[in-house]
Amino acid sequence: MTGTPVLRLDGLAVRYPSRGFRRPPTTVIEDVSFEVGEAETVALVGESGSGKTTIGKAVLGLTPVSGGRVLLAGRDITRLTGRARRLLSSDLQAIFQNPYGSLNPALPVGRTLAEPLLTSGSTLSRAEVHEHIADLLRRVGLPEDAAGRYPAQFSGGQRQRIAIARAVARRPRVVICDEPTSALDVTTQAAALDLLAELQRTFGCAYLFITHDLAVVKEFAARTLVLQRGRIVEEGPSAEVCERPRHAYTRRLVAAAPVPDPVLQRRRRQERTDMRAATG
Amino acid sequence: MTTVEAPPKARSRPRTNPFAGIWRRPVPAAAFVVVVGISVAVILAPLLAPHPPLAQDLLHTLSGPSANHPLGTDVLGRDVLSRLLYGGRPTLIGVGLAVLVYAFFGMSLGILAGYLRGWTDRVIVAVLDVMLSVPAVIITLAVLAIFHQSNAAAMLTIGFFASAGLARIIRSSCIALREELFVDAARVSGLGPARIMARHILPRLTGQLLVPVFLFSGNALAIQTGLGFLGLATPAPAPSWGGMVGEAAQIMQQDPYLLFVSGGVIGLMSLSFGLVGDGLRDLEQDRRQATGGRLRRPVPATAPQDANKPSDAPPDGAVLAVRDYSIAFATAQGPRTVVDSISFSVRSGEIFGLVGESGSGKTVTGLSLLGLLPPNGAVTSGSAWLAGTRISGLPERELQGIRGSEIALVSQEPMVALDPYFTIGSQLSEVVRRTGAVPGGKEAVRQRVRDLLTSVHLRDPDGVARRHPHELSGGMLQRVVIAMALAGSPKVLIADEPTTALDVTVQAGILDLLRSLRDEHGMAIILITHDLGVVADSCDRALVMEQGRIVEEGPVEDIFYRPRHPYTRQLIASTPSIAPTEGRIA
Repeated sequence: MTGTPVLRLDGLAVRYPSRGFRRPPTTVIEDVSFEVGEAETVALVGESGSGKTTIGKAVLGLTPVSGGRVLLAGRDITRLTGRARRLLSSDLQAIFQNPYGSLNPALPVGRTLAEPLLTSGSTLSRAEVHEHIADLLRRVGLPEDAAGRYPAQFSGGQRQRIAIARAVARRPRVVICDEPTSALDVTTQAAALDLLAELQRTFGCAYLFITHDLAVVKEFAARTLVLQRGRIVEEGPSAEVCERPRHAYTRRLVAAAPVPDPVLQRRRRQERTDMRAATG
Repeated sequence: MTTVEAPPKARSRPRTNPFAGIWRRPVPAAAFVVVVGISVAVILAPLLAPHPPLAQDLLHTLSGPSANHPLGTDVLGRDVLSRLLYGGRPTLIGVGLAVLVYAFFGMSLGILAGYLRGWTDRVIVAVLDVMLSVPAVIITLAVLAIFHQSNAAAMLTIGFFASAGLARIIRSSCIALREELFVDAARVSGLGPARIMARHILPRLTGQLLVPVFLFSGNALAIQTGLGFLGLATPAPAPSWGGMVGEAAQIMQQDPYLLFVSGGVIGLMSLSFGLVGDGLRDLEQDRRQATGGRLRRPVPATAPQDANKPSDAPPDGAVLAVRDYSIAFATAQGPRTVVDSISFSVRSGEIFGLVGESGSGKTVTGLSLLGLLPPNGAVTSGSAWLAGTRISGLPERELQGIRGSEIALVSQEPMVALDPYFTIGSQLSEVVRRTGAVPGGKEAVRQRVRDLLTSVHLRDPDGVARRHPHELSGGMLQRVVIAMALAGSPKVLIADEPTTALDVTVQAGILDLLRSLRDEHGMAIILITHDLGVVADSCDRALVMEQGRIVEEGPVEDIFYRPRHPYTRQLIASTPSIAPTEGRIA
């Protein structure tokens, strides 16, 4: 990391009001602080209900923040709304989990891709937009004629490539990736991760990679944060977190992840049973 | 690129034509023809009408139909057909104006309230409530007192007040739509609310406009002709449908014929609008429920033909065997084979993996063994045996006896197998009683339920039995479903992605449970999965499927350490691993 981190969270908290009289609010996120450096990939790992998706939404301004700050390249964006928030779209983008839901089925792919290019603050002409879209499609490995077709005519992996193309269209500095590959088959997932890594090398964007899968993180992210019930319980280089987990929760997560190797997995299973017996 | 084939079903078509399929339904189709036919005839009145609408022929008053006057003449000898054609103009213009105002205000108020929410929503909803509670016809009469005999003013008022009903429908659809991921994605892309509403929300809601518009057209027609009848909308002697009914009513005693003609056109048109609206709504419902009537025709099964061939006997030592098994689905383009002559056998006491990516046919294979293929799918060749009995091609009645007691299913989503309205205990007892495994009364059944819940390692079996499904976590629910599958002591358990929807720590517990059940009961488990980690963890043998064909089969050690097929190698290489794997091939 050099200079100012491109994304910084400082004591972020998200609470929802509870139903019922005088009940304390439900805490989803509590005191989450971390930094993402220029062109760095940071993974946010947790199980369902850990609040990992809420963190992504809070950064994107899709959910109200109750406390703490979000800084994008040193600028406080926690409570930006309206036009000021829209202008951030050139620097802050997102890829969502479900490639079926994140593309409007009624719009041809080309029009979806043109959206980030035609928003306020862009000065591109029609021809330039056209050229830009063709270039994007080429970069993510889709045929030229894809712009005229509808999302339903593409497979899940291809749709996720379209969503990736939309996210990098304006060369953002930070992309929030919310489980971008968990709806995909393994071979498709591997190709999508390769594509993300390649785009990072070309465009220099930083990724906040939100996932439930520690195994994916190990090879893809430089650093990993482990989230349990809205708090960060462990933070460190990904290889370190996966191979020498310190926190008990991380250790349980690592032990439970099956590996594609029967002999090794048998040994790991034995270790996990022993570990459980030891801790009761 | 290594993306797999597109899934067989497109989740949603870009834009469905709401009229698609209307020609297969005779009543709405006929009604649609009537609406279009009468409208066109009215528009072309100057070309079609045999006489000018005001031309009087006093020598032939009240004459019946004749060659010169196809529908006869009225009390002043004016041609009835010509007057009907010209008289439709104020009616259809009035209905058109009312519909335009109705659609415009209904859509815009509904979308503004549903998308912006907050104060905008509260104000608009309050206005809509007022609009709905005001008697629109009385307001219209007041408007007519100001704009004397103005058809347009009256119908615009009617359309405006009726739009409140449409706005409420559109608002609630819009509230659901704004939660969709692509709306979030558009916001992240930097689109303002106006553009999101125009580009993403409006086009998705126009489909819902058609049915209310047709139903409202019928109402508007009735109101417009009513105003005409009262002489409030079209000044005489200009013809109008309502006015013609009024004229005919005055001479009803002398000659009721004219009343049938003018009233008949109004009735026919009004009825047709309603029937088209109903028909479109039915079509929409059909589209939502199924792939459409035509696709449901099953593929003819050819399996039973070779039933008695000597070579077609069950193999020894296998509790489940499948030979040359093919499955096809009927699609609009004809039958499509999704499983292509596969053969395998599973022994008692082993966990057998059925491995593949989406579209490989692994789930369809599992479901077909239980006789649970969707209506447009069928086993087209080959056969399957369960404990020496042939189960492919069995009639549904006999399959019901086998399902649950000989072969059982655990699916990916446990809530599918459970009814949210009943307690776990009552659902389990029902299954226990149905399998007939427990003789004796209530107490025996209750004991069996307790045993089953204990056998899936649920800590507090009595507590779990008292709860409803929504009170349990995903992992506990999956254990309950496994207990349910065990109720009939099946020889084969088919587990279709049983842990895919669960967290890894919960997954590990469920896989441990499946292994221990195999050890205790000695049953065979077919584990359908896409996750090679799960295969390495739990399976003894496995087969790898790619696009309906088996590419590799054998003990898991062979599959992982000595894969023969390039696809298997690619699968293993693409599976991320948290620990350095030793026997891994690059």
